[in-house]
Amino acid sequence: MTSPTGTSDAAADTLRGGPRRRRRRARTTGGGSGNSGVPLPLLVPALLGLAFLVVPLVALLVRAPWRSLPDLLTSAEVWQALQLSLVCATAATAVSLVIGVPLAWLLARVEFPGRGLVRALVTLPLVLPPVVGGVALLMALGRNGIVGKWLDSWFGITLPFTTAGVVVAEAFVAMPFLVISVEGTLRAADPRFEEAAATLGASRFTAFRRVTLPLIAPGIAAGAVLAWARALGEFGATITFAGNFPGRTQTMPLSVYLALQSDPEAAIALSLVLLAVSVAVLAGLRDRWMTTG
Amino acid sequence: MTEPHEAASAASAPSAHDAHASEEGLDAHLVVERGTFRLDVALSVAPGEVVALLGPNGAGKTTALRALAGLTPLSGGRLRLDGTALERTPPESRPVGVVFQDYLLFPHLTALDNVAFGPRCQGATKERARARAAEWLDRLGLADHAGAKPRRLSGGQAQRVALARALATRPRLLLLDEPLAALDARTRLEVRSQLRRHLAEFEAVAVLVTHDPLDAMVLADRLVVVEDGRVVQEGAPSDIARRPRTDYIAQLVGLNLYRGEADGHAVRLDAGPPITTTEALSGPVFVAFPPSAVTLYRDRPTGASARNLWRCEVAGLETHGDQIRADLAGELPLAADLTTVAAAELDLHPGAAVWATVKATQTHAYPV
Repeated sequence: MTSPTGTSDAAADTLRGGPRRRRRRARTTGGGSGNSGVPLPLLVPALLGLAFLVVPLVALLVRAPWRSLPDLLTSAEVWQALQLSLVCATAATAVSLVIGVPLAWLLARVEFPGRGLVRALVTLPLVLPPVVGGVALLMALGRNGIVGKWLDSWFGITLPFTTAGVVVAEAFVAMPFLVISVEGTLRAADPRFEEAAATLGASRFTAFRRVTLPLIAPGIAAGAVLAWARALGEFGATITFAGNFPGRTQTMPLSVYLALQSDPEAAIALSLVLLAVSVAVLAGLRDRWMTTG
Repeated sequence: MTEPHEAASAASAPSAHDAHASEEGLDAHLVVERGTFRLDVALSVAPGEVVALLGPNGAGKTTALRALAGLTPLSGGRLRLDGTALERTPPESRPVGVVFQDYLLFPHLTALDNVAFGPRCQGATKERARARAAEWLDRLGLADHAGAKPRRLSGGQAQRVALARALATRPRLLLLDEPLAALDARTRLEVRSQLRRHLAEFEAVAVLVTHDPLDAMVLADRLVVVEDGRVVQEGAPSDIARRPRTDYIAQLVGLNLYRGEADGHAVRLDAGPPITTTEALSGPVFVAFPPSAVTLYRDRPTGASARNLWRCEVAGLETHGDQIRADLAGELPLAADLTTVAAAELDLHPGAAVWATVKATQTHAYPV
């Protein structure tokens, strides 16, 4: 690859008549470090950005109380929180799959008025501050919420401040990731396979179940992992909607936050566990997202 | 290449095949309106007959096929198959099998399960559906590939699996969309003759869509030529090849085609000089002759045995197999074929002035 640096620098010099000496040095530096010719104004912020992302994680590892780690991690509270986190994140992912995949199919395959608006609504929780999501969930599903009222009086179901509430809060925040991912996969998949299935006598549902679903399985898997990771780290909506009761609604992120105030070493240990889980997720997805050249 | 003339009047009038007004077979009048495009095609096909919809790209052939399958809704007209009205029947309930252009074999299923898909949807148990699928694969010579996923099949094999998959639902109407287009030239020859055999065995109605006249003529008993959403000509392949009615068909079959008014052996063209023909006719006629019937001279021939003598100018030259095809402009635009030696001797080049003659015995006139 030829370096575009020379021309662009020359052009910039001509335009600005700027300090040539510094630029020349920049070129030499770029050329010296492996002949790649990366311009300094790009290289420095890039390295800064990398450091910004990596240093905190390194700090976590450096400051980790490695010696007392086994004791910290085998304490009952940690296991309780970890177990609760895994169960709730998995349940939230399951809920997202059951209602999110059909929703994605609807958005990708059925033309209806207001589809753009519906898609925007589905995406909203992606950008909404999770705390706001938690408040909104309280207004909807709280004991006096517009839906929660009926759930309570008809079925005696209360969601806020329960483990089920944690699942609801996590699903609310995580499902859009799944829907967006699956919808994208569906749009990329050839809809004519469904037509072929129809000419073979398959109803639209059979075509979905026996043809479309297997074809988009990788996209569903990726979306599910994304949603699961998002649910696992969910904090704002969970603490707002489900509270912070150890053993019932206190998930890992909540206990990390609380531990930090009383027992920083425990907070680091818990954080390490979540870091390990995240790395594992990334490793699981590397075939999909990390195959760059 | 040939003189542009008015397109033949739309031959969408009922064909002779409407005669079998019995309930058997396909009786369709397909009207599909989409934006400015309008498809209006009447089609009736007897059981056991293979009809090819032939036409240029964008003529509406595939739309017609999709309308027959129920994948594109009709804007009007009718669709009856073996006496049953199908206009409002959803695709999954129509007794129709489709072989798609790129086959659309389900990539996650083996060849066997692809073929078993239809019978399964029709309510057969898994075992029975697979047994039936195995029979079909065997019949099409694919028994060895039953366990293969589509990506491991060759083009020709995939085409046969697609055919088996469509036939396994026992359709009363088999539709094939450009069945040979996805194949390379060598496989194509072999698959074409196989497909011809299988279509000949098929006892119900078969309709195929193609833009390749050779495919159409080899595979079909009858051609329906569609241009711009309308039927412009239909009939037996040999008849269409001998008596084309539009420039498109004339070019497909490689003929010079003109339209004019006949008075005995002389035909006065709508535009251009008169042509002398073998047949003595009167009234509006088409005149056709092959490019190989044209003889070219640099100087005006003195023999003058040919009464059809025109002054032309070479507009273009291209090799056509081992021949040269000269595209001629002038009082009568026409295509002429000559050997490379003759082209060299005549010193033909674009812009060269030539004399073209055609013997009356090599022209063919027929009523419009």
